[in-house]
Amino acid sequence: MAALRVRCRLFARYAEVVGREEVVLDLPADAVVADAIALLRRQVPRGDVLPERPLVAVNLAHVLHTERLRDGDELALLPPLAGG
Amino acid sequence: MPFALRDPIRVDALLAEVVAPERGGTALFLGTVRRGPDDGPVVRIEYSAYPEMLEAEFTRIVSEAHARWPEARVTARHRLGDVPLGEASIAIAAAAPHRGDAFDACRYVIEEAKQRLPVWKREVLADGATVWRDNAGGRVMGGVPPGGG
Repeated sequence: MAALRVRCRLFARYAEVVGREEVVLDLPADAVVADAIALLRRQVPRGDVLPERPLVAVNLAHVLHTERLRDGDELALLPPLAGG
Repeated sequence: MPFALRDPIRVDALLAEVVAPERGGTALFLGTVRRGPDDGPVVRIEYSAYPEMLEAEFTRIVSEAHARWPEARVTARHRLGDVPLGEASIAIAAAAPHRGDAFDACRYVIEEAKQRLPVWKREVLADGATVWRDNAGGRVMGGVPPGGG
């Protein structure tokens, strides 16, 4: 039984290659961002096309892949940035 | 006032937010859409964002600028949606008692914005093809839609 549920959002090129803008991930209680990305890449069709170490944000802030996740977090995979 | 907007950026409105009698120097930076180095004629560039994070990150960046240059006032806008060549996609205005702080605060915000804002751009070419670009001008993951090219 999953201990925490994370809403994962995909944007721009990543959403395009996977064909989805949002995926719900069920993870163990001690999961970090890297675990969520690994699960996403296995769980979603074409998910393995996504990079193993993309830029990521949790709850609207940039984080490292070692960041611990909590139930209800919003994880976002950010393609290479192009603002400005 | 949200940082993101879909209409052309109004520089006069931006300046009005920061200019004041006690601030004698104002720096204004405009980043405008330019033609890419290859891939033929670009018709337009589409900007998209993670909107909630764009607002949060811009707020953090401007707060950092205010912390570093307490006498400066800084504001900014990022345009989203279709932006024609030659029009501004980002604008930053910084005013301070003296020009040094105004320039420094303005420079800080644009450099951080380029590194941190969750914004993406897709070039639409004359033949209908699209190319996702990163800030170095490179194609993102080949830039070709799934099943295409």
